[in-house]
Parts: sequence; structure tokens; C-alpha cells
Amino acid sequence: METPEQIQARLAARFPAAAVTLVPNPAPAGMAALLVDAAHARQIAFFLREDPELKLDYCSNATGIDWPEKEIVETTRSTLADPAGGPPRTIEQKTKRIQPGYLEVVYHLYSMARKHGPVILRVRTGNRTDQVTLPSLTPVWRSCEFQEREIYDLFGITFEGHPDLRRLLMWDEFTGHPMRKDYVEPDDYEWEPTPHEEVLEKAKRHYAAPEKEGTP
Amino acid sequence: MTTAFTPTPSGAHVRAVHDPFHGDLLEISMGPHHPSTHGVFRMMVTLDGENVVKLKPVFGYLHRNHEKLGENTSYLGSMPYTDRLDYFCSMTNNWAYALAVEKLAGQPVPERAEYLRVILAELTRLLNHTCLAGFLLQDTGASGTPLMYAFREREKILDLFEALSGSRMMCNYQRFGGCRIDATPAWLAAVRGIVDGYGAFLDEYEELITGNEILLARTQNVGVLSPALAVSAGITGPMLRAAGVDYDLRKVDGYGLYPRFDFRVPLGAHGDTYDRYMVRMLEMRESIGILRQALAAIPDGPIMDPKAKIRGFRPKPGEAYGRIEGPKGEIGFYLISDGTPNPYRYRVRPPSLINLTVLEDLCLGHTLADAVIILGSIDIVLGEVDR
Repeated sequence: METPEQIQARLAARFPAAAVTLVPNPAPAGMAALLVDAAHARQIAFFLREDPELKLDYCSNATGIDWPEKEIVETTRSTLADPAGGPPRTIEQKTKRIQPGYLEVVYHLYSMARKHGPVILRVRTGNRTDQVTLPSLTPVWRSCEFQEREIYDLFGITFEGHPDLRRLLMWDEFTGHPMRKDYVEPDDYEWEPTPHEEVLEKAKRHYAAPEKEGTP
Repeated sequence: MTTAFTPTPSGAHVRAVHDPFHGDLLEISMGPHHPSTHGVFRMMVTLDGENVVKLKPVFGYLHRNHEKLGENTSYLGSMPYTDRLDYFCSMTNNWAYALAVEKLAGQPVPERAEYLRVILAELTRLLNHTCLAGFLLQDTGASGTPLMYAFREREKILDLFEALSGSRMMCNYQRFGGCRIDATPAWLAAVRGIVDGYGAFLDEYEELITGNEILLARTQNVGVLSPALAVSAGITGPMLRAAGVDYDLRKVDGYGLYPRFDFRVPLGAHGDTYDRYMVRMLEMRESIGILRQALAAIPDGPIMDPKAKIRGFRPKPGEAYGRIEGPKGEIGFYLISDGTPNPYRYRVRPPSLINLTVLEDLCLGHTLADAVIILGSIDIVLGEVDR
């Protein structure tokens, strides 16, 4: 199979407007992933599926990852010559910058026809709050149907073009996305309105305030 | 605080609905406690007379956010949790997870441990397929007897697991870089005894069941899955091969020691429920062959890599996706490490859930009784579907 670098070069030639970058994987025997921009993701996915060389007809795994914003401390060192003629001094300067957070979807693609793979496709959202819409790849690979519903449910990424985007594992009335790193569990998951509230209210009205002692 | 109490409209019910195209239909909520749904699984079925015109599965009754639990414990701490995914096949779940972590850390596995893994995985396959055959017959209405025959054989294999790992179903046996407990010669002899007797059991079972007229009438041409849809929908395991697609990870990836063993991959020709049953019966015969070869060739030696780190295990940053051919399909684990003792992301690729993608496509046009058999032939375990 072609290496990720070769695939990236071919994608760059085929889709000049698309931004395709390689995400390295430092693990032993790790494969680099292709990071594509959301606007071209579906075109590129169709291309990868139909291309006679690759024929990636099988999407094995689709999952989300939450990358919250992170404070990165960068240390820069500079040497200053001592004007008095002593040894030069090194000065460390620490700068802090905030790396913006984003959500990411990872697709592991294989080919059943050619029996090779994987090619790892990544798509990222703009941020974690309001730009969380990505194109759905369910029209390309049907196996994404439930997996993208699960990502929508647990990570809160909205997939545009998904045929039936509902919560998969949590119930429909649930709010929040439990797989996000900053998710806080409620005190009681099982609380739900019951008729007791109404009954208690009625009882209060029925038994009016007790009479004060000592009045005739 | 006053809140009006309204019963949820999606609760269990049977109600008449009107559809401008079909006319009067009946909507049935089947499950989550229906005996034929193999656990807490619910199907919203819309029926025209007795035929299914719409079927929407509802999940989540067994959801406990397994992936979040995995992110909040150490790598080793997740190993016993993987038993609870597909509780029929804890050995293969363990192996898939161990394989993913070994890929992440570049951890080799000694030869004897690899042999033990193959033996345990094939025993798991025998166990799972035998039970599936029993459950499927139960779903067709053959009450009790075939299932009890299957469970009799299953108990023998579970006894082996108990003798080796201390637990029948929640084995927690594999470790990163090997296995937990070595097999004694007596245990291997016991495996040999069961493997030698298994062919006779399969002969008996097939003689009783496979040619049975009622089974043929109920399963042939029911729930036909086309190869193109199967590939696109990511169907894996015996269900995919019953549709005629030759894709077995034991051959394709050649993980573990599978390239050393001589076995064939049975393929179906029609993709119907009968093929799904038959492919599993044939796969069991191949598993017996693999077990014989593995038992004859298993060497002595260590079962753990001496350099493997059990405590304080922190893989370097990176990510890995490990997958194996489980009895139900491709079970995969996707791990991202950030250098801490816990994985940053821990994802299970559940074969049961993804195989259910096509449930509606298979059931459309069939009767409700057929939908029960089709669901039975997909082979799901809800511990894995809902995670």
C-alpha cells in the first residue's frame, strides 16, 4: 500500500484547494494520519473509496477525541555576554500561550477488496463550543451511521448530512456530552419529575397552616 | 417545585398509527425485556399486518460509559473491564486489548504465550458459535433442547477457563507481553480431550438440526445481506463471510501466530440466515483443526516477556489501533497515550453494535417472527453494544 506521504501528495494534486497535512504518530510502528479540512472531507473520502489503487471500501472505526484548550509554556534561552568580562550568562524566558481546544474525529479505513490498510483520516472542528459541525461520512461508508451517532451523543459533534442524527446511548432528554474531558457528572442521574411534587403541593394547600396555640 | 408529570411517549407500548402510504399500521415497542432480544435491546417495529415496514433499534439500556472508565484507570486496570464487554468472549476481548497496548508500547510476546492465546481464542470461538446455534434454534421456537445441548458443551469449555484463570467468564487472563498463569500439562491434556470429542458433538448436533425441514423453511432466504451492503456497512465476522466476502483478520492481518496454522475460511453463497448459521458451524470445524495444530506444537518456555512492565506502566506518547477477529466480528481497541499512567483516549470498536447497522435492511418485508431470527443470527451481546 502507498505510504501516507504518497497519499498526501496525490490528494494535494487532485484537490489543490484542500488542506491535507500529515499528523505524525510517535508510537513504535505508528502510522501518520491524514488531517483533512472539513470542507473537503467528504470529497476526499469519496476519492479514497473509489480510487482503484487504494479502494478503501471499509471504514472500521470512527471515533471522537476531545482536545480541550491547553496552556503551553515555552522556554527560550538566550545568552548574554557579561560587559564586565565574566563568563556569559544564560537567561531563561518563559512565555505562556493558550492552545485553542478543538474536537477531532478519527476514521480508520481499510480495504476489503485489496486487503490492505489502515489509512487514518482525521477531521477537526473549529472550536469546542459553537463551530462543532463536520460533514458526515455516512453517505460514503454506511458503517459510520451508528458510530457518528455515538460521537454526536458523547462528544457533541454535529454531523451535517447524517440521515438520522439522534442520541445513541444516552436518552433523548439528556443534556451534556459525557465523553468530553470537562464533563461534570450530575448528583443524581436518575432524578426525574414524579407525581409526588403535585401531591405534596396539594397536601400543603389542604392542610392549611396550623392554628396558633393560645388563641380562643 | 412543581413539574407536570407526563409519561414519556417512547415508553413500551403498542399503538395504531396511520401512514398515508401504507394505511393503518401497528407500532410495537419490542423490548427491552423481551426474551428474544438477547438482553436489554429494544426495537421500535412498525407492522403492516404481520410484515415489518420500519424497524428502529433503541440502545443504551446497558450503557455505563466503558470508555470513560477506561480513561480514568490505568492501562492494566482496564483489562478486567474488557471481560464485561462481550461476556461470552472475555478471552478474545482481553487479547484485542493486550494487542493494542503491545502495539502502542512495542512490546514483544513470548512464543508459548502466543500459543496459549491462540488456543484460548479458538476455544472461545467454539463456545460462542455453539451458544449462538443454540440461541438461534431457541428463537425459531425449538424450545430448550438444542440450547441445553449447546450449554452442556459450553460448560466443559468454561470449566477449562476456570481451571486456568480462576473464573468461568470474567477471565482477566491476558497481560501486556504475555499471559497471567501458565497452563499445566494436565490442563493441556484436558483441552485435548475436549477438542477430540468436539467433532462428535458437532456431528450429532448437525444431524439433529442442520437438515431439519423446519429450520430450512424458517431460515433460508430470510434476511438476505448483499456483499456490497455488508462491506459498506462495516459488517465483520461470520456475518460478513456468510455474505460471501472473503475477509478474515486471522488471514488478512496474520496477528499472533495464525500464519503458522493451516485452516480454511468458510464463505456463504446467499447471505441469508441459514448461511450465517452454516458458516459458524463450518468455522467451528476449522477451529478444531487450529486447536489440534496448536496443541501439538505448543513449546515450553516463559509466558511473560521478562522486560514487560506490569506496574507503573507508562507507554510513550502516541496512538495505536489493534484489532483481532473475535467470534462476533472485528473487535478493536484504539488507544492514545500522552505519557501518563492512564490512556488519554480509550475506544472500543464493538462488532455487535456495528453489525446491527443493517438490522432494518434485513428485516424489511419479513414477518415479525422472522425479525426475531434475523436478530438472533446477527449474534449480539448487549454488554458490548451499549458499553
